[in-house]
Amino acid sequence: MGRVRTIARRTFLIGTAAIGGAAIFGTYAVARPHENPLLDDLPDGAVAFNPWIMIDAETITLITPHADIGQGIVHTQAMLLAEELDLDLDQFETDFGEPAAAYFNEAFADEAAEIMTALVPLPATVLHSMLTPVLKLSGIQGTGGSTSVPDTFVKFRAAAASARETLKLAAAREFGVEVARLSTESGAVVLPDGRRVRYQELAAAASRITPVQDVPLRPQSQWRYLGKPTERIDIVAKSTGTQTYGIDLVAEGMVHATPVTNPRRGPMLSYDASDALAIRGVRDVVEITNGVAIIADNTWAAFKGAQAMRFEWGPAPYHADQADHWAEAEASFTEERFQAAWRNDGDVDAVIGETSDIEVAYRAPYIAHQPLEPLNALVTVTDDAIEISAGHQQPTQVRNVLAAVTGTHTPEQVHFRNQHSGGSFGHRLEFENLRLAVEVANQMRGTPVKLTYSREEDFVQDFPRHLAVARGRGTVSNGQITAIDLDIAGAPVLASQMPRAGLPTPPGPDSQITAGAFSAPYGNAGNFRVRGYGVQNLAPTSSWRAVGASFAGFMIETLVDELIHAAGVDPVEERLRLIDDPVSRAVLQTCADAANWSGPDRGNNRYAGVALVHSFGVPVAEIVEVENTDWGLKLHNVWVVADPGTVVDPINIENHIQGAVVWGLGHAMNSEITYRDGMAEQTNYHDAEGMRLHQCPDIHVTTLQNNPQIRGIGEPPTPPAFPALGNAIFAATGQRLREMPFYKFVDFV
Amino acid sequence: MQLTVNGTPVEIETEGDTPLLWVLRDQLGLMGTKYGCGVAQCGACTVHVDGFAARSCQLPIETLEGANITTIEGLAEAGTYHPVQEAWIETQVAQCGYCQSGQIMQAASLLADNPNPSDDDIDAEMFGNLCRCGTYPRIRAAIRLAQAKMGA
Repeated sequence: MGRVRTIARRTFLIGTAAIGGAAIFGTYAVARPHENPLLDDLPDGAVAFNPWIMIDAETITLITPHADIGQGIVHTQAMLLAEELDLDLDQFETDFGEPAAAYFNEAFADEAAEIMTALVPLPATVLHSMLTPVLKLSGIQGTGGSTSVPDTFVKFRAAAASARETLKLAAAREFGVEVARLSTESGAVVLPDGRRVRYQELAAAASRITPVQDVPLRPQSQWRYLGKPTERIDIVAKSTGTQTYGIDLVAEGMVHATPVTNPRRGPMLSYDASDALAIRGVRDVVEITNGVAIIADNTWAAFKGAQAMRFEWGPAPYHADQADHWAEAEASFTEERFQAAWRNDGDVDAVIGETSDIEVAYRAPYIAHQPLEPLNALVTVTDDAIEISAGHQQPTQVRNVLAAVTGTHTPEQVHFRNQHSGGSFGHRLEFENLRLAVEVANQMRGTPVKLTYSREEDFVQDFPRHLAVARGRGTVSNGQITAIDLDIAGAPVLASQMPRAGLPTPPGPDSQITAGAFSAPYGNAGNFRVRGYGVQNLAPTSSWRAVGASFAGFMIETLVDELIHAAGVDPVEERLRLIDDPVSRAVLQTCADAANWSGPDRGNNRYAGVALVHSFGVPVAEIVEVENTDWGLKLHNVWVVADPGTVVDPINIENHIQGAVVWGLGHAMNSEITYRDGMAEQTNYHDAEGMRLHQCPDIHVTTLQNNPQIRGIGEPPTPPAFPALGNAIFAATGQRLREMPFYKFVDFV
Repeated sequence: MQLTVNGTPVEIETEGDTPLLWVLRDQLGLMGTKYGCGVAQCGACTVHVDGFAARSCQLPIETLEGANITTIEGLAEAGTYHPVQEAWIETQVAQCGYCQSGQIMQAASLLADNPNPSDDDIDAEMFGNLCRCGTYPRIRAAIRLAQAKMGA
């Protein structure tokens, strides 16, 4: 074991060195800003102060480059810019912008540094300063990992402050007054005599001035939008059916297409399209990777054509049957598959020895993403361009991936227009719909192709959340936990996912096997170990909301609950004793207070379970209350407390936290993907539906702002929902749930 | 064949088995009605047929001769909002928003039929409308707000 660990550690350190920093790449390369993409083809008289703000004689355009997958980040980004630019929320248009290195996401460094510090003997702050220049030089524009607010929180306000002061300088020169005597409000510079000059009127003059830099940011006490309730700028469109999503796009002369590819993800051996081609409205059937696309006059004809196809499919490049996936995972606690001890406080082996008080095993299944808008794309391929529109979380990678599909285009010839997405949860990190749409359009150059997945095709081709199993042990003594030992074996999701994005897999052990477990703030346990093992030969997988923490949080917080029960003490009190971090302690204490916690039995046949998971830098505590009824378990209440540092958008954050809790609870209850004969058995929402309205408890949200760093909220409230529900069910029924989905073991109303 | 969509008579020529959903989207360009599952499992395609909520993905166009169809685009007079839409806006229900046309059409049908629904009535009427973002707490609140507006 020792040698394996050394190799793993060394691999990781080499990877760390390879990511370098200014010392390796040179200070000049790191300090030099990326080119401003708005300066390409900027019309005369327009000004683009920076990559995010463009003003011409008519319009103020704010570039909001993070993908809006429902989290409302277009609104939040616009607020960050409007705050320092003194704009009303109806005075500008927003645009996702062209993919550009200038929109690289620097907040990926936050999580990466925290993860690496678990294994590398350097402080997170040092690792962060090494990672940031690498992210900048890579120029990767991405939305994920709950990074959008931390990425933009300072950068956008600074950009807007710079634009504001530049507009004031332009006005000062135009009107011959001192800058110090000017102010700004509601999209205008206000002259000393009270006259108001709209920013649009100053655009041409401002375009001739080098933007003013290093403007101090306004203190929180002066914020007008941030931290206060505002109306989302997309809320009317999303309440009137007028929001356009990728699936709604049309183009003159377009054909409709739908793909059918091998449900085993292997090759297509043969096909017979004769019945499909006989359907009125079906124009053609064309071959694509591992399958065909039906070309038709409308979506329905394409779908009917797809159903009329006959295929002979090749075998799956992974275990054909689910039982073998589980067996492969459970046989992975070996030296060969050991990756790292991500947490190793004290001496777990010495304390537990041969006398563990409990020895338990946990399972977490594959789960599909299945946002409600099916995958789609609208694409035209010509000899010198690929014009493509769709919702996607990695715009700069879209260019690289699609240029490689035709082999005759450069990344610069790929013009990607991002769209509002009808949900994602990680689904739109993948590229298959875009690849296949380009494969089709490349066979009919000049014709716009609208590719729409059927829900069934979307389900069976979904790269699901990775599967994992765990073994837990521990000891208790005198009413206290004295050792916690958790081994998790999971599929290395990044190694599966990154090559499809045209990106290198991060070197070293895969953090998304144990994330959310090793970060548990239980330093006072004294002896606490979390080890990760990489399972091979499983189905290809992809990041799913909260990624590894979505199951590792379940495993650690169920194990801790089991140990607390063995110790015979209160689940909240003992967790509070274990916590060594004041931010997390306040989160749990506030949650217990909000729920009027007095133990798992709340009377009137109602029972509660608690969980605390620290993921993506945010501690979140949840208490779930269930009732044991004659018709099954009914979920009544969830109290949830999260601390993301600064709350910039209080209405949106409440909605988002509630949604993340619903996501966790619903999938804990009833969702999984299983394989049979190499194919996913679940093909539509009746097989894996998540939560529905009648099952939804009241969800009471509190946010705290003690976290010293501002962090994102999209994912952190999901992981505690699984164990909090399982722990509540244990309190209600005495049945300990160690495997999801729970509906296999208990009934829900 | 002829039907009325949002108050306007329309003439449709297509295969008789084409679901109303795809006639609305691909032929009439009414994109507010969404495709989610195609098998009446999600409710994203909900419209009103002769005043009642129905899943447009399950209605072959040949069965709708003479029917009166209302989609999200026709729920309120142009330039105004239906009280349910007002409530959805004030409550800020939407996250991704993709299911919300269907949610709103279902909720409008519920309140037209039952101006004072119980919590169980709401559960029974709305359980078929899936929201993957999990906006259910706000959907419940918005239905209550719309109920108050419509009773006022």
